[in-house]
Amino acid sequence: MDNPLLARYAECIFWLARSVERAENLARILEVNETFSRDRSGSHNWLSIVQLNTDEEAFFAKHRAASAENVIRFYLTDADNPTSIVSAVTNARENARTLRPLVSTEMWVQLNITYNRMISINPGELAPGNLSQLLTEIKEACQTFTGITEGTFYRDQAWCFYRLGRYIERADQTTRLLDNKYYILTKGAGTDAPLEVGQWHAVLRSASGYHAFRRVHSSDLTPARVAAFLLFNPAFPRSVHLCLREVQNALTELKSRYALRSGNDVAEGLDQLRAILGARTIEQVIAGGLHEFIDFIQRYLIAITIRLSTAFFGHEPEPEGAEQGYLGFPPVAYSSQIQS
Amino acid sequence: MGTFLLDGYDPQGFYCELLRSPDNALLRDRLAAIPTADFKERVLGAEQALYNLGITFTVYSDKNAIDRILPFDAIPRVLSAAEWQHIERGVTQRVTALNLLLDDLYHEQKILRDGVIPADLVLGNSNFRPAMRGLAVRHKAYVNICGIDIIRDGQGTFRVLEDNARTPSGVSYVIENRHTMLRSFPDLLDGIGLRGIDDYGMQLGAAMREIAPVGCSDPQIVLLSPGVYNSAYFEHVFLAREMGVPLVEGRDLVVADDRVYMRTIGGPRRVDVIYRRINDDFLDPEAFRPDSQLGVAGLMRAYYRGNVALANAIGTGVADDKAVYAYMPRVIRYYLDEAPVLLNVETHICREKESLRYTLDRLDQLVVKPVGEAGGYGITIGPKASRAELDECRAKLLADPSNYVSQPCIDLSVAPTLVNGGVKPRHVDLRPFAITGSKTWVLPGGLTRVALREGSLIVNSSQGGGSKDTWVLG
Repeated sequence: MDNPLLARYAECIFWLARSVERAENLARILEVNETFSRDRSGSHNWLSIVQLNTDEEAFFAKHRAASAENVIRFYLTDADNPTSIVSAVTNARENARTLRPLVSTEMWVQLNITYNRMISINPGELAPGNLSQLLTEIKEACQTFTGITEGTFYRDQAWCFYRLGRYIERADQTTRLLDNKYYILTKGAGTDAPLEVGQWHAVLRSASGYHAFRRVHSSDLTPARVAAFLLFNPAFPRSVHLCLREVQNALTELKSRYALRSGNDVAEGLDQLRAILGARTIEQVIAGGLHEFIDFIQRYLIAITIRLSTAFFGHEPEPEGAEQGYLGFPPVAYSSQIQS
Repeated sequence: MGTFLLDGYDPQGFYCELLRSPDNALLRDRLAAIPTADFKERVLGAEQALYNLGITFTVYSDKNAIDRILPFDAIPRVLSAAEWQHIERGVTQRVTALNLLLDDLYHEQKILRDGVIPADLVLGNSNFRPAMRGLAVRHKAYVNICGIDIIRDGQGTFRVLEDNARTPSGVSYVIENRHTMLRSFPDLLDGIGLRGIDDYGMQLGAAMREIAPVGCSDPQIVLLSPGVYNSAYFEHVFLAREMGVPLVEGRDLVVADDRVYMRTIGGPRRVDVIYRRINDDFLDPEAFRPDSQLGVAGLMRAYYRGNVALANAIGTGVADDKAVYAYMPRVIRYYLDEAPVLLNVETHICREKESLRYTLDRLDQLVVKPVGEAGGYGITIGPKASRAELDECRAKLLADPSNYVSQPCIDLSVAPTLVNGGVKPRHVDLRPFAITGSKTWVLPGGLTRVALREGSLIVNSSQGGGSKDTWVLG
């Protein structure tokens, strides 16, 4: 049967999926940082997480220093910070409330349990030694939601928007994790800098990719290989490559099964991004600057989201001339620059 | 507090719903055999499950909670097969009369010409919608969803307290309460011969299809809600899911060429039937309140052209008005030529000379209510009023008798209820729900509300009211 999907619902399910994925990934990023903070050089690098989210202004308006305690609180339990885990979970729950007619009761209950857990975190749980357990719990709560969704969510157009949200966010978060750690671990040195093997293990583990990586590369763990794995591997569930393929599958399904042609514009942008990714080796990317390449991907993902909003969520198209910077696909000139 | 649940329970002279009916023996024995501590523990478990559903009770004081619900009392209220048959007949009769009344008021107005209801009471009523005059409503079903508030007096007689013919709420609690009982107290229900209530969504959906515009074979139905901040949003979600229809807000709908469309991912999509949970006033800023953010501009144009059906119809508020309530027994006789199955609470219409004299003679024993006010304002409760208050009431009655009705004080029936300190008698009422498309169907049972405060007669959730599962046996 043909069940029409309200534009507003499509948008809510998209952001519901993104919020849960974001909460899970934030937990992963904080967890890997917690691991890093115990390395032998004693460097903490909590500031990098603030930079990663471009939150310097909001953070330093509240805190004088990027201490472990401040950063953890800011990203875990600070409801005023829109990029915190508690905000992501709240956002997911509010979207789910609107979506109650669509989502299964079990999905709704799981979000409620997660939310109630988040707002009852006590300060002791943020202390070193306890934090890791809490972050694991949050990660698992999100995974439980994902599993419940997999097992109970009705497979119609809404399911496509759920996948769009989940995989766009996951691609974005994988690039953030990589960007942060790559910068810290290689700064002031070339790719041949002495390797903090343990730390690269942690990067992979935070993305749940360590063993998968080992299956591909049984020896030679290099920063370039880790970066390549997270960006280009076609089989790893958190790689940018795989996420974009899933985004494409969802778009194709909307078009072929539900005859929704308004997504053509989005699909076109996605094709471009996939082509750009497919045409590069990791050496080329690193030579052109990994951070710049990642920034480029992130801007593309933002542009794809904006085009989705126009195509499906009933938003007005962006005004002419706004196709610059964050509002549109990056100018072609930029992508050719990477090629060189 | 007793060791077993009903130990020492004393209805204190009120009519008790549990103890008075012989058909309740089985449940009574089962309840009496449950240790109070066990029962309380299971209640806590049930509350935890509801908490996980996002349903917040007073015990969890979260200031940001927007999911509010009537607190739930786990000791059910039971109606025997005979009691229910009586209520069902009475509700059906009453709804039939309400629809006949509305059809008449918006067409020929015979009842006004025949002087059964004073014309000024209707035509001067702000809920009367002149724009509805002459509009054909399918099956003449104006009140598709009706909730009729019934109380039981000290002799055990059921009486109608109020008709709710606009957008009555509460049915989701009926079904949620049953689900909670099934989850947490399956042993109480087991083999007791309970009538099911899972049909509501199907019956509602069927009625919505029946009222679709003529020629519309596979109508698109939607439920129109004010949104997540409305206190009944939980119920709107529930009903949309039960019917399997989209839950929309005003901003999801648009009117073009006097037709209603909803905004979907595939573009505008035609809408044929709207179960609206928004009052008339807020439905269309073009036709009613221009400041309404909840409605849909142009909706009334589409409605008056017959391009979309609304449930309930526009202008039903004139029939469930307090002033008209007093005339309902006469309305039933006028249209159906039958005696009312369910009595009103005895009501004296003070615009009529004899009733005015009767009221003035017994002011200290009666409840005097202004007909124009809502929510209990301006009521004088004779037995509790001071000399000065009674004098003031007398003066008002004499100055404007048409604005008042009077009723006797009623001893509402009670049901055993678990409160701090054990199981105590608390006053209850009953709101059965009737659905009308081409015919009327009544959900077995209905919402039993209970006044949790000792001695209180007020069952509203805002005033410390709760709810119970309502069982119809046989």
